Amino acid sequence: MATLTFKGGVHPYDGKELSKDKAIVPYQPKGDLIYPVSQHIGAPAAPVVAKGDRVLVGQKIAEAGGFVSSPVYASVSGTVKAIEPHFVSTGAKVNAIVVENDGLYEEAPGLPIKPFEEMSREDIIGIIKESGVVGMGGAGFPTHVKLSPKDPDKIDYILVNCAECEPYLTSDYRLMVERPEKVVGGLKVVLELFSGAQGCICIEDNKPEAIKIMQKACEKETRIQVKVLKTKYPQGAERMLIHAVTGRDLNSTMLPADLGCVVDNCDTITSIYDAVILGKPLISRVVTISGEAIANPSNFECRMGTNVAELIEAAGGFQTEAKKVISGGPMMGFAMFDLEVPTTKTTSAITCLAADAVSESQTTACINCGRCVSACDEGLIPARLAQFSEKFDLEAFQKWHGMECVECGCCSYVCPAKRPLAQMIKNVRRMVMANRKK
Amino acid sequence: MSDLRNVSSSPHIRDKATSSNIMRDVVIALLPAAGYGVFHFGMNALIVLLLTVATCVATEYIYEKSMQKPVTIKDFSAVVTGLLLGMNLPCSTPWWMAVLGGIFAILVVKQLFGGLGQNFMNPALGARCFLMISFAGRMTNYAYDTFSGATPLAVLRDGGEADVLQMVIGNTAGMIGETSAVAILIGAAYLLWRGVIDLKIPGTYLLTFVVFMLLFGGHGFDGTYLAAQLAGGGLMLGAWFMATDYVTSPITPRGQIVYGVILGILTGIFRCFGASPEGVSYAIIFSNLLVPLIERFTVPAAFGKAKVKGGNRS
Repeated sequence: MATLTFKGGVHPYDGKELSKDKAIVPYQPKGDLIYPVSQHIGAPAAPVVAKGDRVLVGQKIAEAGGFVSSPVYASVSGTVKAIEPHFVSTGAKVNAIVVENDGLYEEAPGLPIKPFEEMSREDIIGIIKESGVVGMGGAGFPTHVKLSPKDPDKIDYILVNCAECEPYLTSDYRLMVERPEKVVGGLKVVLELFSGAQGCICIEDNKPEAIKIMQKACEKETRIQVKVLKTKYPQGAERMLIHAVTGRDLNSTMLPADLGCVVDNCDTITSIYDAVILGKPLISRVVTISGEAIANPSNFECRMGTNVAELIEAAGGFQTEAKKVISGGPMMGFAMFDLEVPTTKTTSAITCLAADAVSESQTTACINCGRCVSACDEGLIPARLAQFSEKFDLEAFQKWHGMECVECGCCSYVCPAKRPLAQMIKNVRRMVMANRKK
Repeated sequence: MSDLRNVSSSPHIRDKATSSNIMRDVVIALLPAAGYGVFHFGMNALIVLLLTVATCVATEYIYEKSMQKPVTIKDFSAVVTGLLLGMNLPCSTPWWMAVLGGIFAILVVKQLFGGLGQNFMNPALGARCFLMISFAGRMTNYAYDTFSGATPLAVLRDGGEADVLQMVIGNTAGMIGETSAVAILIGAAYLLWRGVIDLKIPGTYLLTFVVFMLLFGGHGFDGTYLAAQLAGGGLMLGAWFMATDYVTSPITPRGQIVYGVILGILTGIFRCFGASPEGVSYAIIFSNLLVPLIERFTVPAAFGKAKVKGGNRS
């Protein structure tokens, strides 16, 4: 069988060697925990605690603010110190609940679960909604919404996105190697919701160990297969993953469910398992702390709300000056101006680069070489889109399909003139979207 | 908040390739053909090449300095233009023509339109055509050593026979860098291997040209004639090194194919029905002008927009 892949994409240095063999270590936070009420796409959660309240591990501290929203749980026991706006890793200031950790880790009762066999479809989705699980690959789309498509019978593929194509990230890899039963178990929960679907665990071929372990773990599962993907960024992008595995092509006007697919990230699937089978709400996730500047690259089981600066210290701190600290990976992550921010449901990694390729390279004139065209997985002409962006020509930008851009960054990565193509395109996409909302 | 860290919008890493690396690869790829030209035509050829390169680089430097723009001579693009221009001149070119051509290429065709990336016409070819129109006699004086024969294409046109083997090697009269098909192909292979060019433009160009000559060349399936037409004149240098010029060719993949087809047809028309036995340079600069139009009609369908797959399954 030919290895599954897509057209376009790039092969950046992947840096996974640094942390791929570091086992997941639980990290107990020392400082205050900060829980932004908006860690997901959709309406912010509404705090249900007040300053001075004592909270327990796994206690709900903010209620979902609507259907497309998600609750937030305390990950430590302690006292609510404040509810105030706080910077998050994206650079935004978001209302957040600050909890002073008493170090006792006293636990609240778990989610109200029944034995799995007795649960109905509604029970399962209800638990997932209640547990606060959102897309943990980065987007933070509430998982229960994804699992409630208009026509569940039309879903024939459940894809577990274990591609982990972002350089340096190894959190999904470690989950597959260390907790394969949770990945399979979580997928089985989702398969229960879609009787006509087959489950696919999608892994890039640069992780042979994980492929072997996952194949073994789902040996006896008739509805689950491991799909091996060619290693190429951005294989883990939803559209590229669906294309590689099913041959179906998604565009900006569709949802994966329109093509019969549900795509969930590896950590999301394990969190579904924790919620539905173990009754544990989402209070922790695996975070990779890596990059050339980090003394001891690590994979931490990290309680949500832990301070990023603290995690970096826990990974040995900086061995050289970190020119750039990124929440997420270097292709799509957010560079942070300050490390006093909390980890959230979507923080998959903190990447600390010893060199900043962006400030070190000089932008020169476009020579029309077309490398961005070859790299664009969406079949766009980034060089032209960037030209339209410079002139704010929104009409031409849309005519040349600018709104189909998924902001993967491949064009900026390959550009020999070091032009910030993706950045220019992103800018105008935001403008067009803002205009549409008017 | 005293010392804020570096931020920028993602992605935060960049590929190693730079524009000057690419231009340097083009210079390297041109060296076999240029070297053969010097070997074949002698010192005069070397002087012409050095003059055009030096003039191009100097013109770019002086213009940018005087306009208080950043100096971009380190990107090698002026070197490429100078080298290509020199290779498009006969070895008998007087020094002042080489200098004039270099100035025209960089100043008029490139810088006045905004410099690197903004010129709508290949600077070297623009200058060649300028010189060709202005000094037709000198530009078609192919005399070298004691030999003063016509080019193989001119011989062919007058009903004569061409020695294809000599043409492929390059042991004929012609422009400095155009005669040796082998040397040009070595350079082209290097560019293909380095990923600087692909086959879309030169492939469709040469293929269309062959088909055109089969239909309208008047020699039918005459292999020798076709081979002579392919190896003769500026076709090889033009197809591999000038039609593939990034700035003046379409960026859309389908547009590149359309562009190659137009080039092939125009070259065929100019060679079969034109006043001169040669037509590559005019075909290329004419097609350069069509590029914006070609691009507009060949905007690719975005991913997922071309076909709706699996949308209507039951």
